Order: sequence, then C-alpha cells, then structure tokens
Amino acid sequence: MDILNTFLFIGFPYIAIAVFLIGIIYRYRYSKFTYSSLSSQFLEGRRLYWGSVPFHWGILFLFFMHLAAFLIPDSIIAFNRHPVRLLVLEIGAFMFGITVLFGLITLFVRRINNPRLMPVTSKMDITLELLLLTQVVLGLLLAFTTRWGSTWFASVLSPYLFSIFTFQPDITAVSAMPLLIKLHLIGAFLIFTLFPFTRLVHMLVLPLQYIWRPYQRVLWNWPRKKVRDPKTVWTRFRPKNN
Amino acid sequence: MDVRSQISMVFHLDKCIGCHTCSIACKNIWTDRKGAEYMWWNNVETKPGTGYPTKWEDQDIYKGGWEKKYRGIGLKGAGRRKGLFNIFHNPNLPVIDDYYEPFTYKYLDLIESPDMDDQPTARPVSLITGKPMDIKMGPNWDDDLSGTPDYARHDPNMKGLSPAEQEALFQLEKMAFFYLPRICNHCLNPACVASCPSGAIYKRGEDGVVLINQEVCRAWRMCVTACPYKKSYYNWDSGKSEKCILCYPRIESGHAPACMHSCVGRIRYLGVMLYDADAIQDAVSNTDDDKDMINFHLNVILDPHNPKFIAAAKKNGIPDSTIKAAQDSPAYKFVKEWKIALPLHPEYRTMPMLFYVPPMLPVMASLTETNNKAQAEKMDPKAKVWDDNWLYDTSTEDLWGTIDEARLPLQYMANMFSAGDTKTVRDVIKKLMAVRFYRRWVTVGDVTEEKTNTILKEAGLTAEAADEIYYLTALAKFDDRFVIPAAHREQALEMMEFTGDAKGSMGFGFKEPPKRGL
Ligand code: SF4
Ligand code: SF4
Repeated sequence: MDILNTFLFIGFPYIAIAVFLIGIIYRYRYSKFTYSSLSSQFLEGRRLYWGSVPFHWGILFLFFMHLAAFLIPDSIIAFNRHPVRLLVLEIGAFMFGITVLFGLITLFVRRINNPRLMPVTSKMDITLELLLLTQVVLGLLLAFTTRWGSTWFASVLSPYLFSIFTFQPDITAVSAMPLLIKLHLIGAFLIFTLFPFTRLVHMLVLPLQYIWRPYQRVLWNWPRKKVRDPKTVWTRFRPKNN
Repeated sequence: MDVRSQISMVFHLDKCIGCHTCSIACKNIWTDRKGAEYMWWNNVETKPGTGYPTKWEDQDIYKGGWEKKYRGIGLKGAGRRKGLFNIFHNPNLPVIDDYYEPFTYKYLDLIESPDMDDQPTARPVSLITGKPMDIKMGPNWDDDLSGTPDYARHDPNMKGLSPAEQEALFQLEKMAFFYLPRICNHCLNPACVASCPSGAIYKRGEDGVVLINQEVCRAWRMCVTACPYKKSYYNWDSGKSEKCILCYPRIESGHAPACMHSCVGRIRYLGVMLYDADAIQDAVSNTDDDKDMINFHLNVILDPHNPKFIAAAKKNGIPDSTIKAAQDSPAYKFVKEWKIALPLHPEYRTMPMLFYVPPMLPVMASLTETNNKAQAEKMDPKAKVWDDNWLYDTSTEDLWGTIDEARLPLQYMANMFSAGDTKTVRDVIKKLMAVRFYRRWVTVGDVTEEKTNTILKEAGLTAEAADEIYYLTALAKFDDRFVIPAAHREQALEMMEFTGDAKGSMGFGFKEPPKRGL
C-alpha cells in the first residue's frame, strides 16, 4: 500500500508536472498551428450554447476556487469560520459543479447525436470528455459526502500540494484520505498529464492581450524606415511575420 | 502625415458576364481542401438577390462592420467587451447552413456499379459527414434567379424602394439583374483585424494585404462575425479562420491575382494607391451620416502626382517603383480622377479598397409600351408567339430621363454603393452615359457635336477624359489593367527571413546558421 501511495501521490504528480511543462512548451514551439480551441460552433451553434457556456463559466469558477484554496488556504479558512459564509461558499461551489456537469453532459450528447460533429471529434476529445465528466462527478460526490471541502481542502490538501511544489513531498495526510478524494486527486494528475495532448491547450493562449492592444494591427516585414537606413551595415531587425 | 501604399482594385460591373471563371481560378489554387470546400474567397452573386452567405448584407442578422458610437466607432457584433465575453459561444456567428453544406458525388459508383437493368447514378454525398444528402443549397444556387420570390424579394438592398418599384423588379418582362463579383476588400479600417482577440490578423504595411497568421489564430471566430462582407471564413476542419490573400505570392512576383488574371470579361483592374494612414481614424469616426462616408474615404487617398505627397512617401521608405506604379494606377484613375468607381457599402465603415463601377446597362435603356403588331405578324406563328408590346428604348432625346425610369431603380444601386445616396450614383451613371454618348458621336455620328459637348459638360467630363475612360474600359491591355509595382526580387527573400542568418552558410538543400557546435 505504501508503495502504491508513494507512486500515486509522489511519483505521479511529478510525472504529470514534467509531462505538462515539457509538453506544452514543445507543442507551442514546434506545432504552434495546433494551438486552437477547435471550435465546432460553425457546424452546430444552438446546442453548443447550452453546453459550452455553462461548462466554461462553471469550470473557470471552480478552477479559481481550487487555486485559491491552494494558494491562500489561511484566508479561506478564516472566511469559513463564519458558518453562514461557509454555507454560502459550499452551496455556491456545488451549484457551479452542477453547472459544469450539465454543460459537459449537453456537450457530450451534442457531439454524439450530430453526425456533422463526428468528423471533427478525435479519440482524444472523447477521452478528455469522459475524464472531465468522471472528475466532476467525483468532485460533486465528495463535496456531498465529505462535507465542508473548502475548509478541509485548505487545511489538509493544500499543505500536501505545497509540499510537492517545494520538493519535500509529505504524503502522510493524503494516504489517510477516503478513496473518493484520492480518486479525485489522481484524476487531476491525469488531466495534467494529458493536457498537452488535448485541445485543452487553448486555455493557455487565452487572448487577454486583446484588452490593451490597439484595434488595428499593421505589420511590416521590415521596419520600413530602418531597413533603408544607410548608416548601418548590419541590420538587427528581423522580419516580423513569421 | 503617414503615407502608405495599398494594392487597390476596381471591378467594372457592366462588363461582368457572370461566368464564375474567377471563382474557379481561386478555388483551384487556394480552397480546394478539406474544411475549405464551402469557402469562395471570390464569389459572384446575382443582384438583386440574397448573395452568399444568404443575406450577408443584412447586418441586423450578422452584426458585421463598424457602427457609429457616441464618440468614434465601435464594432457591431465583436470588439473587446463582446469579443471576450462571448468567447465561449459567439451569438452572431453564421453557421455552415448560412453558406451551404459542401457536397460531392459518388462518381466511383458509376464505374464500379455491377451489371444491372438500370443506369447507375452518382448520388450526392456530404463533404462533412460523407453520408448521402439532399442538396438544398450550393455555391451560386441563386445564379440568374433574380426575379424568383426566394431571392430578389429578400435582398436587403430593397429597403427604401416603394412597393411598386419592388414589384416592377419582379415582373418577368421588366426584370433586370447584374452580377456582383466579390473578394475581400483589403480594407483600410478592417473590422476583421480589429475583432481578432489573438491578434492573428494583420494588414501588411507594404501593400495593405490583410492576412490571417495561421499559427496565431485560435478559432475564437470573431472575424467571421466582424467582417461585414463575410469574407473571413472559418475552416471547420483545421480550426482556423482563412480569407482571401489577394494572391500575395503572385503579386510579389509581379503577376496579377488568379481571379483577375483569368477574368473573362476583363472587368478587373488592379493598381497601387497611396493613402494617409494618419487620416483614417478621423475619416471613419467623424461623421454621423453614413452618406458622407464616401467622401471621407476618398479624401484619405492621396494624389500620387503631388510633389508634397511624393516626398512624404519617399520619407516613409516607399520605393520609387511603387510611387511610379501609383501614378500609373488604373484604380486611382477610376476612383479619384474620374470618380466613376464606388466602394461597396461604405456605410460599414471598414473603408474597402475594392471599388465598383456600377452597372449601367439596366439603367441605360427603358421599356416603353408600343404596338408590336406589325412585327408580330411577320413572325412564323409556329416558331414563336410574339405577343408582348414592349420596346427596348435607347432613344437619345431625353438623356438623363432614362436614369430615373431605369428598370433597376437608382435607389437600389445607391443602397449598395453609396449608403443610399442617389446623387452619388446618379453622377457616376451620368458620366458613364456621357462616355457612351460621346462614343456614339465619334463612331456612329447620329448625334450632334453640340449635344455631345453639352452632355459631357453636364456630366463633368472632358473629351480627353471620355477617351481615356473608353480606352481603359474597352480596349485596355493586360499591362494597362494590372499595374503591379516592381517586385524587388532582390528583397523578396528578405520578406520571409533574415538573410544575414544565412550569410556564410554552405551546401545545397539545407540552410543553417554557421553556428559552432556545442
Ligand atoms: S473585407 Fe472583411 S475580411 Fe477583408 S479586410 Fe475588410 S473586414 Fe477584413
Ligand atoms: S471571371 Fe470576370 S466576367 Fe467572369 S464572373 Fe468573374 S468577374 Fe465576372
């Protein structure tokens, strides 16, 4: 049992992190073309709305809540000290979980039922969909069975995750966790491992720069004034468009 | 002042015969691929009609282009707020059925069919699912079907026409239509560029060609919504948007784009225009009245003969050869000198750099009611029944009158080419008519010189200008129609990569910087 725990909660997370980091960088450098959200809205637009919108907003919220519990556990615990706030947070998070579940199921049914979508559905898409579905169901189940997750996550799991990232892995707490929680953790590592090989990479290229860049973009293959500058012999200006 | 050069185009609609050679030339070179089969970077529409994608001009549906905001302008269906908020689902995105479901036929069934009593057939199959399908729409499904209720009646340009005028357009005897070939306009204020959250779309500084960097496009699909001309297409297979590239590899090597080169009607002209990039912002945002947009648009384009502008262009690094090309540009002549070419839907405020000479033919003649009995009696009753009493009237008595009685109402043209302002279109048509009248005087001689001169004067043309228009319209050779700036082959490589990297490299077949190994 110890060996298994050591592998699952020390070995596996490190493998996941390594594969994740190397994978996304390698793919970005050598296969940039494949970084795309691969939207299928053009082939089917109406049902997508009921799947994509709840799924994305829900998962964004859940992702940031998990991140917060990991990064600022003390504040979360402090926030939860008041039972009303704890209740609001838990119910809110659970609702978002339901939203994600609803979105994922809608998306899955949409994929399978529409013959037009099959040609743009890869095996990896299906795998990922099922993986996410399992993960969300696990999450909802454990939120329901092992109550007040926002607090125990912050006090038990965050230190564990922290120990992973500081390269002093300590799995005593995790090993004692109920099976559901262990499965949820393993699911998370699995998602990270698969991440670079799926369409999930599109979240890394979320176009936030759009907020501050000017609307129009004009590119010069050469900075036109400098390239003709007779004063320099060796120009250091590279073409910009590739 | 920031002078830049732009490859600009003029399509002379009177000459378009609707043969679709241009579309095929383009398709063969660029879009005969999976995911792009439904794209027609160049397409030819029958007008009045609904076009491709269906009713693309109706921005209440598609939400394309810019609109005047309290101060300045904003994108109608995209932009920072809408673009990012709707990134998970874009409510204004057209779907494939707005274009058509691409299909092919199972030709192999014809060959491989076993011996049987009936002829084998090649069934249509969808190019998306591969399954048999019923074809409900196709490229140019409405070709020449202008009068049919399905198409012309739903043309968004019909607004502002009285019901009687509209009805007249649908009468078989009176029906008139023309063709509208469309490619990307390579706009000066492109909505597609502004809408792209990733910043994948850009305008090339050197020649103004608008391109989508395929490695940066992430399928946020905002450009498809934002382009009011629906000339940015989503490749459903590769998950990237694509658009007309104005055959830039051909232009760089001095060839005309494929659609232009192959144009059977020789309706297409291509040339350089110089413009002032600093003036664009004001031009698109200054006026509330869409009708003013044409003037603001044309004011941004600079006179390439003016020494002041030439000096400014040189200062900006525009080569002499490009300035020379701008001076010889047929586009400049049509658009600025003679003012007979107009942008399509200037009210979208993207400042399209493709201009159209509006068609005159349906305008030139009117139908008058006559008694055709004598004519009818001469005909062999078995061959044809001649029972209508219309005469195609090209009399010259009341010259400008025919414009208003035209079979294709002026308001319709104005809705397309001048934001509904009939005066602008009217002036153009007058000029075109004056040239015809002038040529009639030169070649046929059944009109007086005096009348010819009055008409030229009224239209605002000189005899020399009329000669030139006639030459460029009817006789122009390849090199007159396409004035492409010298390609600067010596710089062509530098456009793609930094040649300094390759200096000192050796060998054939591979190129690597001569860098010392580890
Ligand atoms: S026509 Fe459309 S795709 Fe082409 S430059 Fe203008 S806005 Fe962009
Ligand atoms: S090839 Fe020329 S004449 Fe033929 S449809 Fe195209 S634009 Fe018109």
